[in-house]
Amino acid sequence: MIINYFFPQFMHKDTGGKILLSLLALVTIMVIIFNFLIPLLLPEASSWHMPTYMVTLLGKYLCLALLAIALDLVWGYCGILSLGHAAFFALGGYAMGMYLMRQIGDRGVYGDPVLPDFMVFLNWSELPWYWYGFESFAFTALMILLVPGLLAYVFGWMTFRSRVTGVYLSIMTQALTYALMLAFFRNEMGLGGNNGLTDFKDILGFSLQSDSTRIVIFSLSAAALAMGYIASRFIVESKLGKTVVAIRDAELRTRFIGYKVENFKLWIFVFSAMLAGVAGALYVPQVGIINPGEFSPLNSIELAIWVAIGGRGTLFGAVIGALIVNYAKTYFTGALPELWLFALGTLFIVSTLYLPKGVVGLFERFQNRTENNKLEEKTA
Amino acid sequence: MNSFSQMQDKVRDVLRRDRTFNHTIVEENIFLQGTHSVHHNTLDASHGPVLYLEDVSVSFDGFQALNKLSLYIDDGELRCIIGPNGAGKTTMMDVITGKTRPDTGLVYFGQTMDLTQMAEHDIAIAGIGRKFQKPTIFPEHSVWENLELAMKTDKGVWHTLFTVLTSEQKDRIEEVMLIIGLQELCYARADLLSHGQKQWLEIGMLLMQDPRVLLVDEPVAGMTHQEMDRTAELLTSLAGKHSVVVVEHDMDFVRSIASQVTVLHEGSVLAEGTMDEVQNNQKVIEVYLGE
Repeated sequence: MIINYFFPQFMHKDTGGKILLSLLALVTIMVIIFNFLIPLLLPEASSWHMPTYMVTLLGKYLCLALLAIALDLVWGYCGILSLGHAAFFALGGYAMGMYLMRQIGDRGVYGDPVLPDFMVFLNWSELPWYWYGFESFAFTALMILLVPGLLAYVFGWMTFRSRVTGVYLSIMTQALTYALMLAFFRNEMGLGGNNGLTDFKDILGFSLQSDSTRIVIFSLSAAALAMGYIASRFIVESKLGKTVVAIRDAELRTRFIGYKVENFKLWIFVFSAMLAGVAGALYVPQVGIINPGEFSPLNSIELAIWVAIGGRGTLFGAVIGALIVNYAKTYFTGALPELWLFALGTLFIVSTLYLPKGVVGLFERFQNRTENNKLEEKTA
Repeated sequence: MNSFSQMQDKVRDVLRRDRTFNHTIVEENIFLQGTHSVHHNTLDASHGPVLYLEDVSVSFDGFQALNKLSLYIDDGELRCIIGPNGAGKTTMMDVITGKTRPDTGLVYFGQTMDLTQMAEHDIAIAGIGRKFQKPTIFPEHSVWENLELAMKTDKGVWHTLFTVLTSEQKDRIEEVMLIIGLQELCYARADLLSHGQKQWLEIGMLLMQDPRVLLVDEPVAGMTHQEMDRTAELLTSLAGKHSVVVVEHDMDFVRSIASQVTVLHEGSVLAEGTMDEVQNNQKVIEVYLGE
């Protein structure tokens, strides 16, 4: 197949992933051509123009899809049902939010050159220590990976070492994200309290309101999703990926053939948290706000539903699930807002009852049936 | 005074043994006994026994699973362990592999490795492999992948992420696949195998680990007679290079492989000897047949 030229060796058998990434590349190129290049070269020919709000919406979906991949890695492959993964997403988002706040400079309502508006409002006289460094983008980029990674490391180290598994672990992750939500709600945290961080103006000197910046951020989200997908696929296809599945299926056996199970769980958990952090960091400039609501336990549960509906343990299933459910959410909350939660519940019940392997499982079943038919024709 | 009486105890302890071991010999720094721990990572089986359990007791909520159990397994030996249900056979394996920690007693691998201080994966890497009673294989992986995962190699996280199979490793996998007779099912998912094939796969995984000691819990449960014969052949061929400890209920099978049989009863050794000796032992007959 010619298409294999474009993909690394370990993806050659991953048909779903190849289709997904090809579509992603196609959409991104289309957006760049029709929303960026054509308006630039031929200002009057704007009929093919996709509205910018839609580009941003799509970019938002792509970030959520990356988050879904992160959860699929730990849940679908390693069997750790983390119901607090949105916390890592929100932490990455907050890191980005802090950078964007520092970019505002003296253009805030109070015109303070250093302090963000909410600090002036709270009569704070100087910047808290943990805001230092966030004026630099490089430092922020590091923190986007480091903060969620460190939290995952500490949490994972304590829980995996004590061999907490299953539903107990899920409850603890819920408690983690809930505790963080309560903490971030407090004004004393110095992170905007209830209102969170918002009124962003620039990123790296480019206005967030301009169409071209939005298209660039959209393209970056697409690139991050693609790279996150490829990295995750590499992990899953490696011997480490096989070991992690082995841990999911027979943890004791894995221990007795000499693997230190805690380390493997910890590694995949930290990697996944970093991926979630990146997703959050790209999400924030597109929605223009980050507040403690992102830590809400409900968000993490919804995330698990995306992965379940898409089909866990496949990676591209997580992406499909995130896209389907979020598109449905956008549609329902616009058209029939009171019905959305019912629709989500129904989707979840239907998928657990009839599609244990999600939408992807449905395709696979169909494919197997056609293959079996072919086989029967051959043998008959 | 206290340490003097301790030394006396130790000397008495050594004198009552029929064999001497490094860790039981009175050391010069006996006064520091409480603070130093024996944990070296090289196997020293130069004095005969490769696996050494003494006075091991384990109780669960008042139930005495092991009661001052003492057992020595020699290097290259094939030993069968029999005993009625609840005799403590599986608990003994749990203690050796680090799954259960003994309340009291010594568990040594070779002369120097204190197994009670080691984690499960360290014990596995040190060279003790275990087959469970119920075949536990990785159901979603193929036969090949099951063997690959068990293979003796660096099992650290980063190494595992970037490793690629070398041709020697592939040869080794194929060799083991031939031994266990699953070469035609190389790419089949392991949960599609029959019960007997799963047992064989698990034995194959043990072989991939290349352990010094193989602990095999009920290897022929659910096997046909032909499969049983092949298993017996395999296990006897392994003895010599490895020490093999087999826990089994099937007496015919035990008779077909074992030179030495140990009978466990209520958590301690009831009798030891050849199959004939054991079968004619009055105590054993009482336990098995009732009075």
